[in-house]
Amino acid sequence: MSLVYPTKSLENFPRHLTPGYRSTVKRSPSKPLIIMPHTLSELTGPVYGHDAVQEGDNDLTKQGKSEPLGERIIVHGQVLDEDRRPVPDTLVEIWQANACGRYVHVVDQHPAPLDPNFTGAGRTITDKNGYYRFVTIKPGAYPWGNHPNAWRPNHIHFSVFGHSFVSRLVTQMYFPGDYLFPFDPIFNSVTDEKARMRMVSTFDLESTIPDWALAFRFDIVLRGREATPLDNDEH
Amino acid sequence: MSEITPSQTVGPFFAYGLTPKGRAHWDPNGTYAWKETVGDNLITPDAAGQKIRIQGQVIDGDGAPINDCMLEIWQADSQGRYASPQDKRALPNTQFKGFGRSATDKNGVYNFDTIKPGAVPGPGGKPQAPHIVVCIYSRGMLRQVYTRLYFADEAANASDPILALVPEDRRGTLIARKTGEQNGLPLYRFNIYVQGPNETVFFEI
Repeated sequence: MSLVYPTKSLENFPRHLTPGYRSTVKRSPSKPLIIMPHTLSELTGPVYGHDAVQEGDNDLTKQGKSEPLGERIIVHGQVLDEDRRPVPDTLVEIWQANACGRYVHVVDQHPAPLDPNFTGAGRTITDKNGYYRFVTIKPGAYPWGNHPNAWRPNHIHFSVFGHSFVSRLVTQMYFPGDYLFPFDPIFNSVTDEKARMRMVSTFDLESTIPDWALAFRFDIVLRGREATPLDNDEH
Repeated sequence: MSEITPSQTVGPFFAYGLTPKGRAHWDPNGTYAWKETVGDNLITPDAAGQKIRIQGQVIDGDGAPINDCMLEIWQADSQGRYASPQDKRALPNTQFKGFGRSATDKNGVYNFDTIKPGAVPGPGGKPQAPHIVVCIYSRGMLRQVYTRLYFADEAANASDPILALVPEDRRGTLIARKTGEQNGLPLYRFNIYVQGPNETVFFEI
């Protein structure tokens, strides 16, 4: 399989400089990026197989002595390429706040309780159909210092690899209908509404486990599509 | 039209999930409980080639160190082969993966111990000088930025097809320089200026 990664596919990514999200002002390149062809160095990428992941790493409710507090949920979906073909055997890592909106991180000073039974970290490898599944706790919203009374919508951070180092994606998964969406400059840094909604999971009644947990579906589409004869001129 | 999932910032709190070890400055216990997937030491006992240390500071537009940054590096082995199924040549016959992750510490300093990569094929079969692809993620970066690290002591830099795309007065930002030894390894210094007069060259890939 020979994939190409047109940079045009990045058109709905956030701009590096998005002043509404204050930290971008001093942390975004000010000079134009240099356009370069993809070489073997960009078209290859690391492979992390099942040896990188331990049994149970995808269940964030079983890392402590007892179960964490909060609303137990299933988060699952498929990792796909731009032709919507499954990306199998790829590493998916997540990290998130606990049910109270607090991270296990020394810098997080939000005065909400830590949960001794919740690390907020998980990982898994997609199966042959590109499918992944986590059991976790619905993360809480939390305040941050971007502007007065700023709150982040509930979200789970995702890190995904794909077929090459240019398909690498770090993103955040949101929950449907969050009332904080209109006020969050990070969510709204994706200005195209359709593209923005691709970061929002859907409530998935069918995958809900009765008497146990609700489910949310989050499909992730990475860069990369089949080369066409026209692409031979591109690089 | 592409339907890809947009990028979002890695945020300030990735450490316990993505870089749980080696964060002694940040966590009072020296480390987070989570087992790391990928670390900052790429050297495997069976990998041939020159062992080196790469170290540098990541600096923002105010000249202040970025202390909540994650760097990932991707590189070939000492013979220029990538441990990837997309490299159709003979795969490396060692455990060397060529991939590493380092968080920055309180002073914005990252560190990698690795093997100096060999030259790899470039566009039109023209070789590329030994280099490492560097990807930077941070709070305040809504999407990752890519740069490349080349080595000052490689004559092949002069004919590298990617360096040739960079205006001459900015090429120096992509060159790591040997500044002695640390922990028994030759130390290459490579600072990354995210913004400002010495801004590192970033690539749109």
